[in-house]
Amino acid sequence: MLNRIYEAQRLMGAACEALGRQINIMEVCGTHTVSIFRNGIRTTLPERLKMLSGPGCPVCVTDQGYIDITLQLADRDDCIIATYGDMIRVPGKEGSLETRHKPNVKVVLSSEDALTLAKDNPEKTVVFIAVGFETTAPATAVAVAEAVQTGVDNFCVLSGHKLVVPAMEALLSEKNHKIDAFLCPGHVSVIIGSDAYIPVVERFRRPCVVAGFEPMQVIEGIGQICRQLAEKTAKVGSIYDAVVTPEGNTTAQRIISEYFQPVDGYWRGLGSIPNSTLKLKTKYSRFDALKRFGVDEVPGEDLSGCRCGEVLCGLIDPTECALFEAKCTPDGPVGPCMVSSEGACAAWYKYGRGQKRNS
Amino acid sequence: MKDTQAKKILLAHGGGGRLTNNLITNSILPKFSNEILAELEDAASLQLDSGSVCFTTDSYTVKPLFFNGGDIGKLAVCGTINDLAVAGAKPAALSFSLIIEEGFEIDVLDRILSSAAKASDQAEVPIVAGDTKVVEAGAADGIFINTAGVGTKLAGVNLSFGRIAPGDKIIINGSIGDHGMTIMSQREGIKFESQLKSDCASVAGLTCKILKTSAGVKFMRDPTRGGLAATLNEIANTSDCSVELCEADIPVNPTVQAAADMLGFDLLNVANEGKVVIVVDADAADDVLGICRGHPLGKRASIIGRIVESEDGPIVELITKIGGRRMVQMPYGRQLPRIC
Repeated sequence: MLNRIYEAQRLMGAACEALGRQINIMEVCGTHTVSIFRNGIRTTLPERLKMLSGPGCPVCVTDQGYIDITLQLADRDDCIIATYGDMIRVPGKEGSLETRHKPNVKVVLSSEDALTLAKDNPEKTVVFIAVGFETTAPATAVAVAEAVQTGVDNFCVLSGHKLVVPAMEALLSEKNHKIDAFLCPGHVSVIIGSDAYIPVVERFRRPCVVAGFEPMQVIEGIGQICRQLAEKTAKVGSIYDAVVTPEGNTTAQRIISEYFQPVDGYWRGLGSIPNSTLKLKTKYSRFDALKRFGVDEVPGEDLSGCRCGEVLCGLIDPTECALFEAKCTPDGPVGPCMVSSEGACAAWYKYGRGQKRNS
Repeated sequence: MKDTQAKKILLAHGGGGRLTNNLITNSILPKFSNEILAELEDAASLQLDSGSVCFTTDSYTVKPLFFNGGDIGKLAVCGTINDLAVAGAKPAALSFSLIIEEGFEIDVLDRILSSAAKASDQAEVPIVAGDTKVVEAGAADGIFINTAGVGTKLAGVNLSFGRIAPGDKIIINGSIGDHGMTIMSQREGIKFESQLKSDCASVAGLTCKILKTSAGVKFMRDPTRGGLAATLNEIANTSDCSVELCEADIPVNPTVQAAADMLGFDLLNVANEGKVVIVVDADAADDVLGICRGHPLGKRASIIGRIVESEDGPIVELITKIGGRRMVQMPYGRQLPRIC
């Protein structure tokens, strides 16, 4: 193991020397962010190699407007809100699902559990708060498919599912971005395949390397990126070959495209991104919570003073936000990056304070 | 109505009348049989063999009531015994008080009492006093238990935060997170929950053996709620020293690790119920480790870190398996399962 670490570190050092400036690599996925902090990887990197935490935590990128709709629906006596745990603490304009103390808000671990809630409570409409990237979207689609087949009409989905590649392209389209390369998410790549990053590589000339979440994979992924940077090449790479194929999981892709279509969507901090959000297709619109309750999704205003948006774009470190640690902590989060355990601010707060280098 | 026919707890079982008396006589006393309890006095009389007495209490509200490796009854006995044990005491006696919700199944109560009795017998710490209250349906979550315990301080033993100093070694008697992940996985209904087993056990036998054999032990604590992270942060903050932990040396069961990864938990923050953290003088560390490994509850004991001088205030720092460093913070409340 040590030899592999030394080799990766050699590649990192060589890239820093070859470029003669600070190198910024963005890890797109929240699970990578946590792995990097939990394993102290930042403390092992060269001084001039900086990891930026990107928009890969589904809770963090969910727009406040979406949160406000969940709060609005939670106020209805005829609804049960079925949500993943992290979402209950994200503050909207007026409180969060947790602070409202509504008995009709139920934490579920899967879309299947949400559907079961619907079957068990035929007198209520269960609204599944469907967030996540390409990893959770297939499961939502399967739940809708089952609802169709079994005739469960009191089930619907508030889809906030997001697509990773459009967000990467949006980040690189910003004039002031600082990103030299992407460490690409393992789980998402299992679904979309490593070929999905080819447009990023070809259009923006930025290396994209897929890695798993074990610390060695992260370190070797960074090493492989540095090799490309030193050689001034930009390719799609993977050190997660055992599970990630170029074409991805085509069955999962098929079920996503059967039930969902990509539309323009709001991302916290990044604004509206073309074709970046999954909405249910028209033929399944009776399962679409927005249509069922006649609600319009409007972009939320960012919370006062919260700089989560800039953190998600890699423009600032969490410590540069005046609220960090002072007014915004995991006990009393202001922004979503402090709520989710995979949020950059929460990871920084939990593991990063006291790390003297790269912080 | 004849209560012998009753299958569920009635409010009258807590009313102090005939039903209460029957519940105590039929369900409770046969389980916890000992001479002191049999007196049924308002207070138990104990003969203790030392001038220094340790006294503690704790309440138990665990849900689910039954989990792989234990239940609320066993937990209520072992938990309080462990609090006495890590204070350097030999536990002498326990009280055992029940708050039961009306409608609670008497069969289930019997199972809980049997399990508590077994744990008390195994640890050789009798239950000598108790109380039973019944509350209306909805006023409690099935059953709550409070236990209090007294013990006598072992001769010559002096455990305190004040004795902890740089150079001391930190030992744990086995793998971390087993109890908390068993409970969490049963609550969340994850698929491999049957492979997880709580470590719920009384550690008094082990601690007494260590303390009687080695004078080098400076401090002990059972890392229950908040896990190893909370215990070590408390040690750092109170002793004004820092703690350096070595990740590779912390024993972890692979299934427990997998469950924690799946639910997004840091095992350092997860509760244990049969573990003891021992801060020991460096010269005595190997001896204490040897005693642990020779005991059924310490086979996987390990030296997991050391006490170091604090530079800019006391911190707990983890040296990770890949050689990185990161802080280990005091856990900050409820952990939520992650979503992907």
